[in-house]
Amino acid sequence: MKSNSLLIKNARVMDPANSQDEISDILIEGGVIKQSGRNLTASGVAVFDATGLIACPGFIDLHCHLREPGFEDKETIASGASAAAHGGFTTICCMPNTQPPLDSASAIDYVNKIAARDAARVTVLPVGCITRGRAGQEITEMIELAEAGCIGFSDDGSPVSSARVMSIAMENAAGLGLPVIDHCEDLELSRGGHINDGWVAARLGLKGIPAAAEESIVARDIALAEMTGVRLHVTHLSTQGSVALIRNAKLKGLKVTADVTPHHLTLTEERVINNPVKTDTLLAYDTNAKVNPPLRTAADIQALIQGLNDGTIDAIATDHAPHTREEKLCEFETAAVGISGFETAFGVLMTLVNTGEISLNTLIAHLTAGPARILNNRRGISGTIKPSARADIVLLDINREWLVDVRDMLSCGKNTPFDGYTLKGMVVATIHGGEVAYIHQSVRISR
Amino acid sequence: MSLYEAKLSAAGQGTLPPLSIGSWQHKHVLDLDDFSREEIDLVFEIADGMVEILARDVKKVPTLRGKTIATMFFEPSTRTRASFELAAKYLGADTVSLDAVKSSVAKGESLIDSLRTLQALEIDTIIIRHPCSGAACIAAQHLETSIINAGDGCHAHPSQGLLDIYTMKRQLGDLSGKKMVIIGDIMHSRVARSNIWGTRTFGISVVLCPPPTLVQHGMSEMIERCGLNHVRIEHKLDAALEDADIIMPLRLQKERQPSGLIPSIREYIQQYQLNPKRLLRARPGAIVMHPGPMNEGIEISHDVAYGSNSLIEQQVTNGVAIRMALLYLISGGKNR
Repeated sequence: MKSNSLLIKNARVMDPANSQDEISDILIEGGVIKQSGRNLTASGVAVFDATGLIACPGFIDLHCHLREPGFEDKETIASGASAAAHGGFTTICCMPNTQPPLDSASAIDYVNKIAARDAARVTVLPVGCITRGRAGQEITEMIELAEAGCIGFSDDGSPVSSARVMSIAMENAAGLGLPVIDHCEDLELSRGGHINDGWVAARLGLKGIPAAAEESIVARDIALAEMTGVRLHVTHLSTQGSVALIRNAKLKGLKVTADVTPHHLTLTEERVINNPVKTDTLLAYDTNAKVNPPLRTAADIQALIQGLNDGTIDAIATDHAPHTREEKLCEFETAAVGISGFETAFGVLMTLVNTGEISLNTLIAHLTAGPARILNNRRGISGTIKPSARADIVLLDINREWLVDVRDMLSCGKNTPFDGYTLKGMVVATIHGGEVAYIHQSVRISR
Repeated sequence: MSLYEAKLSAAGQGTLPPLSIGSWQHKHVLDLDDFSREEIDLVFEIADGMVEILARDVKKVPTLRGKTIATMFFEPSTRTRASFELAAKYLGADTVSLDAVKSSVAKGESLIDSLRTLQALEIDTIIIRHPCSGAACIAAQHLETSIINAGDGCHAHPSQGLLDIYTMKRQLGDLSGKKMVIIGDIMHSRVARSNIWGTRTFGISVVLCPPPTLVQHGMSEMIERCGLNHVRIEHKLDAALEDADIIMPLRLQKERQPSGLIPSIREYIQQYQLNPKRLLRARPGAIVMHPGPMNEGIEISHDVAYGSNSLIEQQVTNGVAIRMALLYLISGGKNR
């Protein structure tokens, strides 16, 4: 019996790329989808009874931090991959803010090598730097980085300030057919800021990060994308204004795409002072809710949800950003920025489905077909379940409630604002290339 | 009652009068946002007794004998630290003072670990000042020991807020209907924020008068969301000072100019300095306070700082009494 062959029985198969939503079996052989349909049988193949479960393409995350090389105390490629599989992800794109940063072909080679050795149960796709050392001055040898296999270019948390340098990088990326993925932030405007520039910042005596710090760079990047013809992907949108800018750019026919994170879709700036599952505490300065871009307002959340529903926003990405305990257990202003997001993503996003704000189909589309389009089918990532596609499948129980407990998380980073939340909707199993990458203890595959 | 009068009446008296502290609910003093009016009144009632003690020749009482109080200051301070340490000593407590800027923190120890060490030394109350907003709150979340916030970043300075209101009350009596104007750098002022919270049950209206660049964008929304209906913002000083009863110019940090938040110190003086001419706009007999340290000649002119309206020195004396009251209540709270 081959480990990369499997028969999934009686699942509700949801494949947004093919508008499929029906009860079906899926037969996987040799790591690829062989066929799907009712009443399939196969001999000598393990059987997964998926009655009551949803089977959909494995989730694709366009934005995560695996921290290796350089920050292995926060996360390693191995631990990050385990956490990703736990969260239903079969393909993850890791950002280049490692040490050294992924600004050379050899650094990309290194990540690919470690991923192949330690993280075979998910596909790790590195993003290369736009500039050397992420310093915003000189562009990297982008052709070599592309040849080494990077799927796009980004300086992530240190976005390129110079419009001139950015435009040169965009011209190169356009020639390579790869996206520039930008974390849009005017660093001068946001300098010294810790949370949204709103009433909570005034309340806590913290400097705020205004929405304009994001929106001014989104606007600049759209203008530069129009000039250079690059595929621009704006990552982790957080404001109403950014959604409007992306919507207009798409109306103009520009090759602009965008993603949003689970936390920006569900939490507001108030989460810094108010934890719904811990109401007995003193005025909190909850470092687990410190993230960049910062959590914004209810109006921003409404605009982001509308962006998901009307197609302005193409994908949901976690911005999984693990940190050590010590980096969060400290003064708010010195605490590290980011949320460990792989393992709570689906459950958190299901709250939007459970409240009727987005459909289940929209949710799954933004975790599968949407990001797959941005990856442009590279490395065989299709985001669909169709015959001959690589068998990347996630099995979901959308009715199952579970309690988020950081002790259950496989990521080294336990920094989540969702600890103690009860979520409805759980990843039951993750299958990558036909192999079981993760399976919940309550389920069994019969051999 | 002036300090001189208190001195006369206190002459020859014994120890502290017995007080009911049943309405005291605080283990920590982090800000005034969770203080009820009853609690503030209780602090003031006890502070009255402390003022009497301060007026004596021999200022020491044995109330907190056997208690140990630590001051841990992560940023430079002279008056607040001296005020707290004297308050503890006058009540008979043992004090230990840690200059955190130079100690273990410089060796890389975290805030929480440093404080846990103090807790392990069986310190009863830790008085902490820190440049980061929220540091005292974070300390209180991780420690069993009582914490008094002696100033955290731009967030809160509750003992200063209390001593300011106490000073107003001793001078003006009933504060209901009075108008207070706080002038200057509201954005970076923990004193302003604690005064805003502290005054909310006194019937005072508070006008914040900052240059437009020295207040958070979210301040108006904060005022609304937090139900601080007695507070409003007015950028023009002359308008703000109309009929004011209490005026508090804030220290203007000189580094605000190089950082670009104000165009020049000269313009700030022209637009926002409290000088005798501007003082005429306020009510006759309006009081002037300043949380210190002052930049004489910048936010306040010499004539006003040392004029007949100024209560700046009384604030300092009252500060010791308020801190004695807080230490007394915190220690009492622990024994219950």
